[in-house]
Amino acid sequence: MFFELARRNVRLHWLRSLLAILGIIIGVVTIVSMGILGNSLVLAISDSLSTVGDSIIVTPHVGGMGFGGGQSSNLLSDRDVEQIRRAAAPHVTIPVYSGSSRMKIGSEDTVGTIYGLKPDDIPILLEVEEGSYLRGASGAMVGATFAEENDIKVGSRISLDERGSVRVVGILKERGMGFDINPDFGIVVEDQWFSQAFAQEEYNQVIVKVEDLNEIEEVKDSIDRTMNRKETVVDVIDTRAILDTILTTFGQISTFTTVIGGISLIVAGVSILNIMLMSVTERIKEIGVIRSIGTQRKEVRRMFLYEALILGLIGSSIGGILSLIGGYAVSMVMLQTTEYLFVPSSLVYIVYGVGFGLGTSLVSGLYPAWKASNLNPIEALRHE
Amino acid sequence: MEEAISPECDGDTIIRFREVTKVYPLPGGDVVALDGVSLDIGKGEFIAIMGPSGSGKSTLLNLMGCLDTPTSGTLCIKGRNIHGMSDEDLTILRRDYLGFIFQQFNLLPLLTALENVQYPLILKTGSRECLVQCRDVLKAMDLDEALYSHKPSELSGGQQQRVAIARSLVNDPEILLADEPTGNLDTRTGAAIMHLLADLNRNRGKTIIMVTHDPTIAEYAHRVIRIVDGKIT
Repeated sequence: MFFELARRNVRLHWLRSLLAILGIIIGVVTIVSMGILGNSLVLAISDSLSTVGDSIIVTPHVGGMGFGGGQSSNLLSDRDVEQIRRAAAPHVTIPVYSGSSRMKIGSEDTVGTIYGLKPDDIPILLEVEEGSYLRGASGAMVGATFAEENDIKVGSRISLDERGSVRVVGILKERGMGFDINPDFGIVVEDQWFSQAFAQEEYNQVIVKVEDLNEIEEVKDSIDRTMNRKETVVDVIDTRAILDTILTTFGQISTFTTVIGGISLIVAGVSILNIMLMSVTERIKEIGVIRSIGTQRKEVRRMFLYEALILGLIGSSIGGILSLIGGYAVSMVMLQTTEYLFVPSSLVYIVYGVGFGLGTSLVSGLYPAWKASNLNPIEALRHE
Repeated sequence: MEEAISPECDGDTIIRFREVTKVYPLPGGDVVALDGVSLDIGKGEFIAIMGPSGSGKSTLLNLMGCLDTPTSGTLCIKGRNIHGMSDEDLTILRRDYLGFIFQQFNLLPLLTALENVQYPLILKTGSRECLVQCRDVLKAMDLDEALYSHKPSELSGGQQQRVAIARSLVNDPEILLADEPTGNLDTRTGAAIMHLLADLNRNRGKTIIMVTHDPTIAEYAHRVIRIVDGKIT
């Protein structure tokens, strides 16, 4: 019966109830959307970054000491590579040539990245999807995205202007963005072919594949000590650490934006507090009457809490539904996919949001309910 | 909440005041609303309380209605000394043994006539299973059945008071407390209501205590208690 009375009171003041409900809806939708978006971003990034957690990347240090060194100071010499290989032994050390070039496939002109690797090293870093690994000198393997965008098949011919042309022997599996190399958007050729075509002796970077992740720090230190004894010649990067940092940062940003959403819910709670207090004040005499005819304090409290609960229930459920729709829309627009939406770690935000919406409403109703229940019946009867 | 009857409250009288004093502490100075009031009201009596404004008659009624407790003295309601009773216990007393009739009717505006009558019973039993009982009570109040589903705003003053009396009766209390029950009604309707109350007293044995300033209304009572400046005269 108290619930029924609460329900009728909410209906009686439907406009201000509606406005309070609107506040809850906005609060819930904000929290849930921010949470889902943040979580989806973290998941999307985790997925698209290739899991090369077991690599150390050594790149030439681009220092501020003069531009006079020319190209040679931005690359790693054979000697450098040998030193690195010794420092990193027994782990696999892969020297990499990289560059970009205009490419012509059939009649299409495009630009792509090009990597030069020793044929033996290629299977260590990359997986072939179609065709085969490099065998001959003038072959090339094409990255998954590059192949799709330019309609390249095994057997196609890619011309790199005056540098020459290569025949595609294999299409690579999609790898995702990595910190070492990004073959998805380019091609891979034999190192000697690259060296000749680009007239480049020295390497752009060296990748070290560490088998046991626990040894990464050791190997990093070893390379650093060997190469950077007198001055910083190379930068040594450990991809796992970067990945962790990125994910953590995005996670923190996501939490931050969700908290901002929470603030809007607090505002909604204040509006519920406000209208509940108004409700109590308007019904002081009525409260006096029901108290005099035998209603307990706790029953009066319950009646008003039900009112706040009704507002919260309606607002939170509508908010929950809307945020699912909103999350869907935002995912489609920002990530072009909803695969990160319907996973538990994202959907749980709906539970959080609805829960917080309900909780906020109840908490906001606590003081007004208490105030109503503690009114002196005699004075209340005399009111108005 | 069944308590043993307190020794100082014997079972003869249904309401007993012994040297009851009620003082309201106000910033401007304490107000003595009741000053050493002693009186007995027997079961089945119809009492009118009369006195000028500020005489303490409302306070007297409030104390009888367990809406307040004495500052000193003994007050027994139905054999129970209400001194030291918790708010919860007093509320149960009001729910089960007392019926309230107000000058301004004081029906709950969002409930229909029938629902208003059901309210105290639901408080007591927690269920709405009183339809028959509640309808009977309303019928006994000579209220047209068509009006049972009407909200108070759709009823006349006389009709509202009938519903209010029905509400006060639904838990079958022994004592009815009426504060100027005809104050907001015209003479004819007021007389009809008074007949109702007299009938409840005569034929249903209800003890009725009524505050009024109208001598013609007071005529319906067996006895008049006059109070001036917090003292019974």
